[in-house]
Amino acid sequence: MRRILIESLFRCKLTEQPPLITDAEKAALVGHLDRAAQRRLGRSLAIREVDAGSCNGCELEIIALNNALYDLERFGLKIVASPRHADVLMVTGPVTRNMRDALSLTYEAMPAPKFVVAVGDCACTGGMFAQSPACVGTVGHVVPIDLRIPGCPPDPTTLLRGLISLMT
Amino acid sequence: MFVAIWAERDGDAGVVHLAGRRDGGAAAEVVSLVTSGLHFPSIGRHHPSAILMERAIQDLHGLIADGLPDPRPWLDHRSTYEFKPVIGAGVHQIPVGPVHAGTIEPGHFRFSVNGETIVRLETRLGYTHKGTLGLMRGKPINQAAQLAGRVSGDSTVAYAFAFVRAVEQALGVVVPPRTIVLRGIMAELERLANHFGDLGAICNDAGFPLINAHGAVLRERVLRLSAACFGHRLMMDRIVPGGVAVDLADGDTKALTTALPALLAQFERLVELYDKTASLQDRVVGTGRLDPAIARRLGCGGPVGRASGQDFDARRDISYLPYDILPIVVPCFTSGDVDARVRVRMVEIRQSVALILALLDTLPDGPLRTPLPDDASPRAGSATVEGFRGDIFAHVRVSDGHVAGSFLRDPSWFLWPALEVAIEGNIVADFPLCNKSFNAGYSGCDL
Ligand code: SF4
Repeated sequence: MRRILIESLFRCKLTEQPPLITDAEKAALVGHLDRAAQRRLGRSLAIREVDAGSCNGCELEIIALNNALYDLERFGLKIVASPRHADVLMVTGPVTRNMRDALSLTYEAMPAPKFVVAVGDCACTGGMFAQSPACVGTVGHVVPIDLRIPGCPPDPTTLLRGLISLMT
Repeated sequence: MFVAIWAERDGDAGVVHLAGRRDGGAAAEVVSLVTSGLHFPSIGRHHPSAILMERAIQDLHGLIADGLPDPRPWLDHRSTYEFKPVIGAGVHQIPVGPVHAGTIEPGHFRFSVNGETIVRLETRLGYTHKGTLGLMRGKPINQAAQLAGRVSGDSTVAYAFAFVRAVEQALGVVVPPRTIVLRGIMAELERLANHFGDLGAICNDAGFPLINAHGAVLRERVLRLSAACFGHRLMMDRIVPGGVAVDLADGDTKALTTALPALLAQFERLVELYDKTASLQDRVVGTGRLDPAIARRLGCGGPVGRASGQDFDARRDISYLPYDILPIVVPCFTSGDVDARVRVRMVEIRQSVALILALLDTLPDGPLRTPLPDDASPRAGSATVEGFRGDIFAHVRVSDGHVAGSFLRDPSWFLWPALEVAIEGNIVADFPLCNKSFNAGYSGCDL
C-alpha cells in the first residue's frame, strides 16, 4: 500500500479540467432556474409599510387595499408586521427629520433582495412639503427607490396596479 | 375652556396667542401677549391640556414658558428623550414604535408594566412633524388652504372647512348658500367614512374581524360615493377659500339619496351583531375607562369626550352653517369605556346620514364661489369645525392675499394625554383596543 501511495504522489494528477460551459449555456441554465423559482416563489411578496411623516391620507388608501373589494392578498401580496419578514418596503410621507433614522433602520432590518416602493406625491418628490426644513425631501434621499406610485393619495386601484407590476 | 395656545416669533420679539371658550357654547376668543424677553407665563400650570402645546412652542420658536410643569422637548427630536421613571418591584418596560406592526402613523409608546398590567403609558410623538404651519406662512391663501387640508388626511374636509371659514371671517366674505350646503354634505360624508372604518377597526382589535370586514366595505362605499360626487375619495382640496371647487350634479344627488339609506340598513345589522355578541361585549364594556372629571380637565372633545360626559359638539354649540338645518342630537354617556366610544359613533353615523339627506333636500341653486376681496390690510379670523375626531380650531392672520400666520389645533392634542390615563390598570393586550377606540391622530398634532 505504501508503494502505491508514494507512486501516486509522484505521478501526474489524474483529475481532468472542468468541462467548458459557454456563456449561452450558462444563461439558459440560469434562466431555467429563475423561471422555476419564479413559479414557486415569485407570486408572493411580503410588504412592510412605513409612514415616514405622511398626513395619513396615503395610509388610509393602503389600508383600503385589504378590504373585500380590493382583497390585496388574492394577488399573493401581504402586508406583514415586521421588516424581517418583508420583501418590499412601502414608504409614505416626505420623510421628516424625525423619521429618517427609523426609516433607514427598517430598511436595514429587511433581508435582501428587497424593493422599495414610494407611495404618494410626498414620498416620490416631497410633494407640498418638499421645501420644509423639517423634512428630508424624498424617500430616495434615505433609501433607494425601485418603484414610484404618485398621487395625493394614490387610490387603491393605482396602488394595486403598481404592486402587481412589481411582481411580474 | 382652554382651546389652544400657539406663538409667533419675529427676531427678538415673540407673541403668544391663547384661545379659550366660555362654557355653555360660544365661539372661541383669542387673547395675545407680547413676550417679555423670550419668556411667557405657562398656562399649563393651571390647564394640563396646554402642556403639550407649550412644549411645542418652546421647540418651534425658542420661547420659554415659565413654570411649565414638563419642559422636555416635544417636536424637536435632536436630543435623547428622558422618559419619566417608573419605579417599583417587578416593573419592566415595553418600548413600541415609532414603526408599528400595523399600517398606522408613527409614534412611540413606552409601557411600564407589572406582569400583564399597564402601570403607566407614556406616549412620545412628533415623528410626523413636517413644519406645516411654517410652510403656510407667506403662502397665497389658496395654497395655504391646500396645506391646511393635509395637516391630517383623514380630516382633510374638516381642516379645509375650518381654515377657509377662518379666512372668510377675517375678510368678511359671505359664501353663496349652495356652497354652504355642499360643505356640510362633504363634512358629513367624511365623518361617516371615518366612523364606519373606526367601528370595524375597534371590533377587529377586540378579536372580532367580521364587523371589520363589513365596516371596511361600508367605508369604501362612502369613499366611492365621495369620489363620484366630488371627484376625490377623501375630498381633498374640494373646499376652497370663498366656496367649493366642484358642484354636485343632479344624478349624484340621486345616487346619494338611494345609497345612503341602504348603507345605513347594512350598518344596523352590524349594530345588532355588536349588541348580541357576548364575547365582544366582554372585551369592550368596562375597558379603558376615562373618568368624566379627567376628560373635562384634559379638554377631551369628540366621541372620546362625549363618551365621558363632555356634552359638547361644535355643530350644535358653536352652531355654524349649515348646521341650523336640523337639531343636532349629541350622544353623551358617562361610562367612558370602549363600548361608550363605540356607541357615540353609532348615534353619529345615523345623524350624519339624516343630515346629508336633509341638506340634499334643501340644496339651493346658485354660484359656487365668492371671490376674495383684494384687501391689503392685515386681518385675523378664527373658526371651529366639528371633525370626526372632535373640534378643530383654526386661527389665521391674512395680509395682502397671503397668510401671515395661522394655527390649526387638532383634537388629538387632548386625546393622547387622556389615553395615557385611561389605559392605566388595563392589560397590555387591551391597549390596541383602547387605542383604536380613541383613534387619536399623529400628523394632526405633530404639525
Ligand atoms: S401624498 Fe398626499 S395623501 Fe399622501 S401623505 Fe402626502 S399629502 Fe398626504
